Amino acid sequence: MDFAFMRDSFFTLLGGVPLTLNLAFMSVALGAILAMLLALMRMSGFKALDWPAQAYVFVFRGTPLLVQIFLIYYGLGQFRPTLQEWGLWTFFREPYWCAVLALTLNTAAYASEIIRGGLQSVPHNQVEAARACGMSGFLLFRRIVFPIAVRQALPAYGSEIILMVKATSLASIITMMEVTGLAAKLISQSFRAVEVFIVAGLIYLILNFIITRIIMAIEWWLSPHLRRPPAIEPRLEAAHV
Amino acid sequence: MQQLSYFELIGFGPNGWGWALLTATGMTIAVAICGFLAGSVVGTFVAWGKIGGNVVIRSLADGYTTVLRGIPDLLVIYLFYFGGSAALGAIGSLFGAQGFIGVPAFVTGALAIGIVSGAYQAEVFRGAYQVVSRGELEAARSVGMHRWLMFRRIIAPQVLRYAIPGLGNTWQLVLKESALISVTGLVELLRQSHIAAGSTRRPFDFYITAAILYLVITWVSTYLFQRAESHSMRGIRRAS
Repeated sequence: MDFAFMRDSFFTLLGGVPLTLNLAFMSVALGAILAMLLALMRMSGFKALDWPAQAYVFVFRGTPLLVQIFLIYYGLGQFRPTLQEWGLWTFFREPYWCAVLALTLNTAAYASEIIRGGLQSVPHNQVEAARACGMSGFLLFRRIVFPIAVRQALPAYGSEIILMVKATSLASIITMMEVTGLAAKLISQSFRAVEVFIVAGLIYLILNFIITRIIMAIEWWLSPHLRRPPAIEPRLEAAHV
Repeated sequence: MQQLSYFELIGFGPNGWGWALLTATGMTIAVAICGFLAGSVVGTFVAWGKIGGNVVIRSLADGYTTVLRGIPDLLVIYLFYFGGSAALGAIGSLFGAQGFIGVPAFVTGALAIGIVSGAYQAEVFRGAYQVVSRGELEAARSVGMHRWLMFRRIIAPQVLRYAIPGLGNTWQLVLKESALISVTGLVELLRQSHIAAGSTRRPFDFYITAAILYLVITWVSTYLFQRAESHSMRGIRRAS
């Protein structure tokens, strides 16, 4: 173990953290929108909407993410003239956008099932009570269904976000220099696999630890009904009078 | 040169890559199964450590599952690929060998998958063990069964029964993770598609074929796990 080397590589690898977080944030945010759409399609009750969403989820959950990344980054190159004609080539030429697109499409498939589970877990009597109060449509969704569904889905969504942070490492295979990319480069330069592995692993563990804490805090904030009401402190000085 | 049609390209004709792709699919399945089995062994011991170990062993086991589930699989594969060669080189130089000794990519890949999936399988086994009724364990102990006999006759069959759905999920993870082994140069499905894509300049056709083959494996294995689950549950009465 060479601790000076490990300290140096820690600072080298820290340079990859912004890109890792950027990829994870972009794909989780865009993926959430797509996932919401897919979940609504699956719950719409129309077969013409339900089946495409089901097929989408089956395909993207059943194939490795790396295949999806290659399909977008290398595969679409086969249609380069067409894409250039449509003006999309500048987008698909960039490994960054290909990685974001692949990660987004992938996480949307997993997240749509999580969101669907959350929406279906909303107790029906809550919806009935809201209707009895005269709520309907978007107001009902915004005030009753959505908050309860989010609360239910948040733990599972949290692990999906952690999985996405881990999945950004695959972007290194298409030349993105995030933490894993820098680590691979460092290993092939120094041949010190174990030291670099420990340092890179540590960075990912710290990132994931922080993210789980944030999600736990949001969970805590969203579920005041599960906490005991704050006890009213008896006034101490009164006891001695 | 005339452009080959898609089916000529992936077919079994003189210009087709069909056999190469099928062989590579077999390699994907082989490395995934070996990795999965290695993971089962690791997972069993880690679950044992979590359930029955003392404070030190338990915290080691907890640390193992936390760390391995918190870092990217690709890093673990790099560790085994580069680290394994370095370790072998060091051992080799003790015996007078010179230079770089490569670890077979199959062994590296199966071990890396095993180490990662072991962490997931440990959690699956631990969850399943908690479903086994305490009364049955007490009964086994009271008729004088030793630990190994109790494990073989009482614990293992029931834990496996309850673990099948979780193991099915882990198998799907392992199958998808096996695609990452392509970075070590093992000619499995994704690597073979990459080679074929490079030599024919038809990347989309080959990657989409790879995706379809992965879907077929997923689909067949989902079916097999469902069969196994209903078979193992045939004697159990369920609520609802």
